[in-house]
Amino acid sequence: MKPYDFSYTRATSLSHLYDLFDEYGDGLKILAGGQSLITTLNMRLSSPEMLVDINDLSEISSISLTDNIVSVGALVRHAEIQESNDIKQHVPLLKLAIEHVAHAAIRNRGTHGGSIAFADPAAEIPACVLALNATLVLASREGERRIAGSDFFKDLYDTELRENEIIVAIEYPIAKKNTVSAFREFTRRKGDFATAGLALNGELDGKVLQSLSLVFFGVANTPVLARQVADLIVGEPITPSLIEKAQNELANEIEVIGDLYSSEEMKLHLSKHFLKQALEELQV
Amino acid sequence: MSNKTDISVNVNGREYTRHVSPRVSLADFIRHDLGLTGTHVGCEHGVCGACVVKLDGKIVRSCLTLAVQTDGHAIETIEGLSESGEISDMQEIFHKRNALQCGYCTPGILLTAAELLEKTATPDREEIREFLSGNLCRCTGYEAIIDAVEETARERQDGK
Repeated sequence: MKPYDFSYTRATSLSHLYDLFDEYGDGLKILAGGQSLITTLNMRLSSPEMLVDINDLSEISSISLTDNIVSVGALVRHAEIQESNDIKQHVPLLKLAIEHVAHAAIRNRGTHGGSIAFADPAAEIPACVLALNATLVLASREGERRIAGSDFFKDLYDTELRENEIIVAIEYPIAKKNTVSAFREFTRRKGDFATAGLALNGELDGKVLQSLSLVFFGVANTPVLARQVADLIVGEPITPSLIEKAQNELANEIEVIGDLYSSEEMKLHLSKHFLKQALEELQV
Repeated sequence: MSNKTDISVNVNGREYTRHVSPRVSLADFIRHDLGLTGTHVGCEHGVCGACVVKLDGKIVRSCLTLAVQTDGHAIETIEGLSESGEISDMQEIFHKRNALQCGYCTPGILLTAAELLEKTATPDREEIREFLSGNLCRCTGYEAIIDAVEETARERQDGK
């Protein structure tokens, strides 16, 4: 289908964007990669008055490395993440996840910040933000504020981002020597959003995890951090009986919601399966 | 409250200036305003891959890009790639191996496969499948398509 009519302008700077926020309020939508937004426009699920194209804002389009943080600009494309040595070396979970994001032509255009702002509950990047305990840098005319990834996702497509704010960067802590990551997802077609998936990040000493984040996605209105399951595993040697206990706890802890194609039971089954697979992978 | 604007775009090496509405997709712009109908429109939501073109040298979905966004940028379509001859070997092999039936998906597949071979000189079949996974062929002739891309890579390696 074709979108409703709208106006379009290119932001020349962040401060120009803030002016436009003031002028258009909730009639404004930021256009970054557009790989979800233009879909919703074409399907007439969304009809903004003004689209502001931020693709010229080079100040938010690079990856930088400091002593303990990899900072990813909001406009960095998925393809750049996929090809970045800094990401491969210092944020290995993101490298594993990005291989599952859509297809080559979409990864050339889709942006890191856009995926997080859109907050699809079945998307890979928001799950990684949670699992990696990333910090989001949100900017407005009032300045910048930092928010923990775990506080950002509120509900279905709903986040802490205010009407006059933009995500400018995502800060990931650098992986340590004993950092371990695993990523699993099931999709109906290659490159599609996940029916269910797991992003795992932790620190492993010998056969014992010293810390662990388990994030399940595609199973509820937001990606879900399974804290109780992680607590159960941390500090214990990973054995078949521990894995079974963790799987049972998962069923208690997370409230899975079914969708049009997959039942609650199927999503829970997949989640438990991925938990087992990922933990077994760490044992090897 | 639409603001139609003039855009200048370089398409297949030629400069075009046109007056467009912001809601026009790059795909419709290329087909209707420029008359280049080799770029096909399938699903209009980024799933089928029939509308793939190159924007500043990289493949993108032209249904998920607005024409106004390409003001000042360079686009290459299947017409440009065909005329330059840079993928003529692959086109011949697609023909020889029956890697197209109705041909609707073919321009998108050729552009996508061309980018794969730029990145990876000799991809294995699994890599070809993975890279082409965003291009649907409703005639379902996937095996022949993969054969053709594989043979193109091999022939280029052999320096033919």
